[in-house]
Amino acid sequence: MNSEATATVIQRERPPQPGPLSNALAFGWRAVLKIKHVPEQMFDLVMTPIMFTLLFTYVFGGALAGSADHYMQYFLPGILVQTVIFNSVYSGMGLCTDLGKGLFDRFRSMPIWPLSPFAGLMVGDMLRHLIASLIILGVGLLLGYRPAAGFSGVLLGLLLLLAIGFGVGWVFLVLGLIMKTPNTVMTMAFTGTMPLVFASNIMVDPKTMPGWLRLFVEVNPVSSMASAMRDLMNGQATWAGIGLALLTPLILTLVLAPVTLWLYRRR
Amino acid sequence: MMEPLSPAIAARGLVKVFDEIRAVDGIDLDVPRGAIFGLLGPNGAGKTTLLRMLATLLRPDGGSARVMGHDLESASQAVRRSIAMTGQFASLDEDLTGRENLIFLAKLLGFRGRSARHRADELLKAFELSEAADRQVKDYSGGMRRKLDIAASLLVVPDILFLDEPTTGLDPAARKSVWRLIRALANQGTTILLTTQYLEEADQLAERIAVIDHGRKIAEGTSRELKAAIGSSFLHVTLSDPARVEEAAQLLEQLLASEVQRSPEGMALSVRVNPPQRANLALTKLAEAGIAMDGFSMAAPSLDEVFFALTGHATNAGSAPGENA
Repeated sequence: MNSEATATVIQRERPPQPGPLSNALAFGWRAVLKIKHVPEQMFDLVMTPIMFTLLFTYVFGGALAGSADHYMQYFLPGILVQTVIFNSVYSGMGLCTDLGKGLFDRFRSMPIWPLSPFAGLMVGDMLRHLIASLIILGVGLLLGYRPAAGFSGVLLGLLLLLAIGFGVGWVFLVLGLIMKTPNTVMTMAFTGTMPLVFASNIMVDPKTMPGWLRLFVEVNPVSSMASAMRDLMNGQATWAGIGLALLTPLILTLVLAPVTLWLYRRR
Repeated sequence: MMEPLSPAIAARGLVKVFDEIRAVDGIDLDVPRGAIFGLLGPNGAGKTTLLRMLATLLRPDGGSARVMGHDLESASQAVRRSIAMTGQFASLDEDLTGRENLIFLAKLLGFRGRSARHRADELLKAFELSEAADRQVKDYSGGMRRKLDIAASLLVVPDILFLDEPTTGLDPAARKSVWRLIRALANQGTTILLTTQYLEEADQLAERIAVIDHGRKIAEGTSRELKAAIGSSFLHVTLSDPARVEEAAQLLEQLLASEVQRSPEGMALSVRVNPPQRANLALTKLAEAGIAMDGFSMAAPSLDEVFFALTGHATNAGSAPGENA
């Protein structure tokens, strides 16, 4: 480095202090860049749900609902919920990876809004949820899925989906902050979410299940999320149903956002 | 009348405990504004922990500190406005390109679109990274990461720059250019607090050096003061016969009135010689006693020897420049 270069480096110009929104937008920009640079992660996030859709519809669909077409109508809104929940796990893993690498040390020693890194992660999540949902929805439409509520129903469904993703996301951010390695985050997250996702009404109507399990499925918040999605896209939504679906994400956000901040600052 | 300026850093009795281990055990530190101040010590001495506390990354378990006059605990956001830190591990996003990393951090600091890009490009050019600017950081070499990481700390030139082992992993040319940059920053009024395992680096750069060991400050002064305190030269003797190491060590200890440090393999002895001429006598006496030597040499004290002289125990790493343990 010559003296001219040194002179460039050390000029003392300080821009005005940015606000929280500006910080969050910067983190959002980073999230977009990450999708651009690592497109294969979208592939990971989309392939599993597409496989699920194909397998369940064509292998089990006929047996479960009389015909594959019939089953698709039931299954597709639910698989979107499953996709969003599983996708959120990756965000927790990403956070854990970042934390292990010193990147967060820089954020934490900068004069920025302390929650902005998480706001950025959430922006990235929302984008991934949206892209993945649109792809799966597209595959569904190709294979004969027909939302009775039409465009507006689908749009409302997607909004509900983003709200679900936002609320559920905090669980995995907290895991990402607590666990030491991304792999532990994944193991813990799937151990917890698998039973919730499978013992729900996403894949099967619980009326043939044994009583104790049916009880579990009915109180399982994932079921109310899937039901609300189904109803929205079929044009049978009720305010009560939507409210019930939003209750868990709301509680998770209210409880876990402060926990996230506390864990982050404590490190 | 103007208030006298507060020192860049004033720390009193800082303590950090990890699982019952006192990583930092009551350190006082006074760093004047515009100084280059070195924290010297082996791995695990507590240098990094001390730096992380001052950079608001760790909360002290005891003591207090003011950074540019702001209290570390109650005004941490004001402290963050005055500092930048380059840690031991590159704090960069591996998936983003070098340029994107700098633009992103510039935006976080309040630069708007065009000026963020301008500042990023300026720094990339200054750090000779322009050609690699559009490659993802995961494809960078260790030296390039280091440079980008330091560049990121200078997007807004801070009042205090914390550098944790800034030249570890750099080739000699890159190391020299980092040293030059550090001096230029200090000339412009930035205070530099750096950690190093290398006596040479502390020697070259730092106006004052604090020697840290087991979480305590065991000495502080200019490089000259520290060297004077431990004697200017060391005699190294490699023996031929392992059976006579003890005998030779005792002889040297008596003659030179200084403790002998044994190499892990046991065949090499190091001892402080003050004045250096006495080495002559010591070698003669060894020869007279019939203790055969494979070789001997005189050298300025190494970090290991500084440590041995100051603490009475060897450093646990025994690392030399270039081999980062």
